[in-house]
Amino acid sequence: MTQMNMVQAINSALRHEMKRDDRVVVLGEDVGKVGGVFRVTQGLFDEFGDDRVIDTPLSEGGIIGCAIGMALYGLVPVPEIQFSDFIFPAYDQIVSELAKFRYRSGGEYPSKLVIRTPVGGGIRGGHYHSQSPESLFIHVAGLKVVCPSNPHDAKGLLLASIRDPDPVLFFEPKRIYRAAKGDVPDEDYTVPIGKAAISREGKHVTMIAWGAMLYEALAAADQAAEQGVDCEVIDLRTLWPVDIDTIIESVKKTGRVVVVHEAPKTCGFGAELIALINEKAFLHLEAPPVRVTGFDTPFPYTLENEYLPLAHRILPAVLETARY
Amino acid sequence: MLGRQTMDHEHLASLYRQMLLIRRLEEEAARAYAMGKIGGFLHLYIGQEAVGVGACATLTRDDYVVTTYRDHGIAIAKGMAPGAMMAELYGKATGCSGGLGGSMHMFDKPNNMLGGHGIIGGHIPLGVGAAFASKYNKDGRVTLCFFGDGAVSIQGFHEGVSLAALWKLPIVFICENNEYSMGTPLSRTLSQTDVSLKAVGYGIPHDRFFATDVLEVEQRIGQAVERARNESMPTLVEVRTYRFRGHSMSDPGKYRTAAELEEQKQKDPLIQARLKLELGWDAAKLAALEASVEAEVEAAVKFAEDSPEPDASVLEPTTYDGPFAS
Ligand SMILES: Cc1ncc(C[n+]2csc(CCOP(=O)(O)OP(=O)(O)O)c2C)c(N)n1
Ligand SMILES: [Mg+2]
Repeated sequence: MTQMNMVQAINSALRHEMKRDDRVVVLGEDVGKVGGVFRVTQGLFDEFGDDRVIDTPLSEGGIIGCAIGMALYGLVPVPEIQFSDFIFPAYDQIVSELAKFRYRSGGEYPSKLVIRTPVGGGIRGGHYHSQSPESLFIHVAGLKVVCPSNPHDAKGLLLASIRDPDPVLFFEPKRIYRAAKGDVPDEDYTVPIGKAAISREGKHVTMIAWGAMLYEALAAADQAAEQGVDCEVIDLRTLWPVDIDTIIESVKKTGRVVVVHEAPKTCGFGAELIALINEKAFLHLEAPPVRVTGFDTPFPYTLENEYLPLAHRILPAVLETARY
Repeated sequence: MLGRQTMDHEHLASLYRQMLLIRRLEEEAARAYAMGKIGGFLHLYIGQEAVGVGACATLTRDDYVVTTYRDHGIAIAKGMAPGAMMAELYGKATGCSGGLGGSMHMFDKPNNMLGGHGIIGGHIPLGVGAAFASKYNKDGRVTLCFFGDGAVSIQGFHEGVSLAALWKLPIVFICENNEYSMGTPLSRTLSQTDVSLKAVGYGIPHDRFFATDVLEVEQRIGQAVERARNESMPTLVEVRTYRFRGHSMSDPGKYRTAAELEEQKQKDPLIQARLKLELGWDAAKLAALEASVEAEVEAAVKFAEDSPEPDASVLEPTTYDGPFAS
């Protein structure tokens, strides 16, 4: 075991897999010599050389399109998109090509790659360095979507993603890149895709969160406990395919649900989660499911602490749900 | 002869004043950033001022300008009030974007400043659209579209230039080549580092020069602006320049040597302009000019400091029913 933060854990997963499998290549803007703007790929350029750790021009469509072609040829590319806000020039490649390749070619060409990209608010980045576009990818059939909340899961999920036969969007919550620390195994391990974790057990209210907002949900749960409300907190870890069984099991126990996410409310992933809960556990519900989310506006530069669903916004929703 | 020389110095002094105003405003912004009063991303224009100032000097107020996130200097050169800029950096309600945008979103409608833009390449077709509208309306306006050397690798650049060339639109594309795209030098991301040659494939005129002398920038961009205005012909101009600070405030710039930086600072266009004024202009006038810049900067900072934060009610839906309805 080694104590690491998220950046170190992701770096260690990349290094581990590049050593193990020489089909794995990393590409993106400033990922080579500079080691990435968040230093996630630091040291890989020196260790593996410029044909495996590739500095690209500023060209997201080119990066992802080219990575898809590499994958068709059997390489395992792990492109980095510098911020998930900059993924949209590549959205066409992801939606039109990557997500459909396996299906379109009757399974002959499993275009498989892992797109790593920082996500979410917390650095006062404003409109273009704060967004959470996960639902835009969950909606596209053919993609898996992952978002870890701690170093152990970050490394284990990245290794699982690289070894998974499907394309994976790997969202890294930048707010906790360095703040979340924990023990990470030195030996080979994976965290299975599609499996949520119960971060806190409880019997009154089920809270569902992921990434950086997990910690806000846990903080709200601590505060709720002082008022006699006992929350169960689920860390989704994989957003798609979602671990609906774990969610339903918890909801059957509590009958009350609060979903927390940074993305705007309308058509955010919370909407899908609540629809699934209604379909599968309607008769167990004791209160209307609630969403605590970002607002339906662009992510503002100021008012970040109002816009984000931080504990001070989650707690009242939890108490209201508990007392409904 | 003497009269004409005096006139040239007056003109140079007005350009120097703008460059100095931009430099000093950004130095104060950097200071406020270090104190946590400005957050997130702050991309300084320090070192590149001659490009924006020289280029905008060729325009009328009605002409359009659109640029990237490195936008403070160009916005000021286009006429934006320093207070509105500084307040935006501070995230205050009196900022040009109501404090909700920040550094990368300098908009100023009265001066037809179509904004700073955070997505590389995204604004280039927008500039082309503005030029299209000018031609459509026969209003004689020109659009200057600024972008960095990194942008010429992305689709928006090619789509924009291709359309402007096809439709012969009154636009000047200005690539501010400062040799780096974040921490990566141009030589590692472009097979042909003479950016101006991209014009050849689209069949439009091109130019390429260093921005050491603000008067030369004005003169060379002026030719392209006249071509746009009189012949409705776009031009791609590559202006060679250099940023003295990191890419943004969080970048210590370790990818370049101290010697390289020092060599570039020797050519600082601001100092070059001042040297000329010291030699050929009135010392008392120069001192008064610099004092007036200081006062203007101080007033802008005070305005930003004293202004209120936006109210949380702005977090309502931003359709035309929301707080931005007008
Ligand atoms: C589509 C997109 N991809 C990536 C980024 C992140 N990014 C911001 S600035 C920058 C470098 C741009 O360099 P250049 O165009 O030379 O402009 P300069 O910063 O030198 O003025 C990058 C990669 C972005 N803003 N937009
Ligand atoms: Mg550049």
